[in-house]
Amino acid sequence: MLQIRLHGRGGQGAVTTAEMLSLSAFLEGHFAQAFPSFGSERTGAPVVAYARIDDQEVRTHEPIQEPDVVLVQDRTLLSVVDVFSGLSPKGYAIINTAEAPEQVVPELCKKLPKGHVLTVPATDFAIKAMKMNKPGAPMLASLAAATGVLKLESVQKSFQTRYPGKVGDANAEAAALSYNYLKEQMKEGK
Amino acid sequence: MSTEQIEGSLGVAKAVALCHPGVVCAYPISPQTHIVENLGKFVKGGALKNCDYLNVESEFAAISVSIGSSAGGLRTYTATASQGLLFMTEGIYNASGLGLPIVMTVASRAIGGPINIWNDHSDSLSQRDSGWLQLFCESNQDALDTHIMAFKIAETVGLPVMVCMDGFVLTHAFERLELPTQEQVDAFLPEYEPREYLTPKDPVSLGSMVGPEAFTEVRFLQQRKMAKAVHVIESVTEEYRKITGHHSGGLLDCYKCDDADIKLIIMGSTVGTAKDEVDRMRKAGIKVGIISLKAFRPFPYEALRKAIGDTKLVVCVERAFSFGGRGIICPEVKRAMEGTSCEVKTAIAGLGGRAIFGTTINGIVKAALDGKFKDEMTWFDIDSRVLNSYTKDGEGVTFPEGPLSDSQLKASVN
Repeated sequence: MLQIRLHGRGGQGAVTTAEMLSLSAFLEGHFAQAFPSFGSERTGAPVVAYARIDDQEVRTHEPIQEPDVVLVQDRTLLSVVDVFSGLSPKGYAIINTAEAPEQVVPELCKKLPKGHVLTVPATDFAIKAMKMNKPGAPMLASLAAATGVLKLESVQKSFQTRYPGKVGDANAEAAALSYNYLKEQMKEGK
Repeated sequence: MSTEQIEGSLGVAKAVALCHPGVVCAYPISPQTHIVENLGKFVKGGALKNCDYLNVESEFAAISVSIGSSAGGLRTYTATASQGLLFMTEGIYNASGLGLPIVMTVASRAIGGPINIWNDHSDSLSQRDSGWLQLFCESNQDALDTHIMAFKIAETVGLPVMVCMDGFVLTHAFERLELPTQEQVDAFLPEYEPREYLTPKDPVSLGSMVGPEAFTEVRFLQQRKMAKAVHVIESVTEEYRKITGHHSGGLLDCYKCDDADIKLIIMGSTVGTAKDEVDRMRKAGIKVGIISLKAFRPFPYEALRKAIGDTKLVVCVERAFSFGGRGIICPEVKRAMEGTSCEVKTAIAGLGGRAIFGTTINGIVKAALDGKFKDEMTWFDIDSRVLNSYTKDGEGVTFPEGPLSDSQLKASVN
């Protein structure tokens, strides 16, 4: 089972991102689950959402304390919330920022295997394609590029299924920008 | 059969729509809101035909309208949670007293005060004696299927049914759900034909006053319907499982119970979490099984006695309790096991949304096997630091690290 924890701020669509993650995995034939950490929802407040992917029925409903992947949709959370708490020593961390991982989270880079801490300017891609700070699609696309657990096409299709028409297509475009960016970065060994 | 990756609430809404209710009425309250929101969309969009959707002004109105429409001969659905359920209470007892087969989702949530929006079972269990059937769901697939079965059970027995699904944990979780086809549901659940209903064409009176000369007899007959419901739940479940191939519903469900030294009795979404932990514990040689209690009312005493068998140790993981009393499930289990040497205990956990982890289940099993549950009831998942921050300065009382037994609680007031 692959367990993913998403951190964002209210209004950025972290809960939707988790749902789309589960839908992408479903579209590829996996069993998947997504759920938010429930609380009073306020714009800008830290939000946590969870997702699980497995090849058999996901039965557990406990919150994820030891994730295999942490997605940080808003880098300002790094100083506010212990977003990497419980992260597997073999796990992945993807942070929404244009800066290099070594500059943003040098300690984490030392702990995790090489290439497991990644940064991607997801907000830039979201604004470019959608004119909105909804970094979910580019974040999921970066997860797809980094780990291969999902295909880019599934990520795109999940958003297009949920938001048929312009919004879905714009999310798909933002996802492609992010996917290609990260693949390029990885090729260059950055 | 169609398979979809959707929110539990949407799955339930789709299941209810497949049952073609004539009236859906509701007042929004978290965590139930998404269910009725979706049903509202189905009615407005034309997907759910011949159905009146009524957005009423309160929960009291929601149950009142439900009583009216059900008494008028229409298949009726509503949903609520927590404080909303309490606001309905007067009508709830009337609905069962009148024998109206209303189906209502309770998206279980703690009752305030203090206000708390998270999941436990204090709302649904507060209506234990309301005369409604109460069916608990362990997963969203179970919830989806149980709603479809609930209409048939309610209409066969002539009593209303609460389908209790854990708020947020299930209602807001996106999971893979299999929906039966309309043809399958139609074959299973025929169009509702009320035996008696209110119509201006043939005026009758429902719910007139009953005095001491017959009130006991009315109650006896209500209780008789509950006895019948035990059999109806079993037969309806069997029929539904045959049609769909889904392993949902039932009075209870056993997981790895053969050869178990200890059995946990759990209601709701904790069952799934516990199943994963049981698999891990069995790998470590600990023989533990789970009884997922699906029907709380009627309580399946005989089926439970059989499910417990000759196991000597049973722990009820309870997400609600009775103030000034103890656990709510435990005394029922003790009744089921009367005359045997089976020890039955209560572990209180998961109140007001405190997450029950696999490790919580592991801790409960190990504590029970180590003989640490001396009292009938133990506050298993309790944070003594929080307690002491209140009692230390005020009363000079400090509690040791949890779990805390009932005797420790009592000793602290001496």
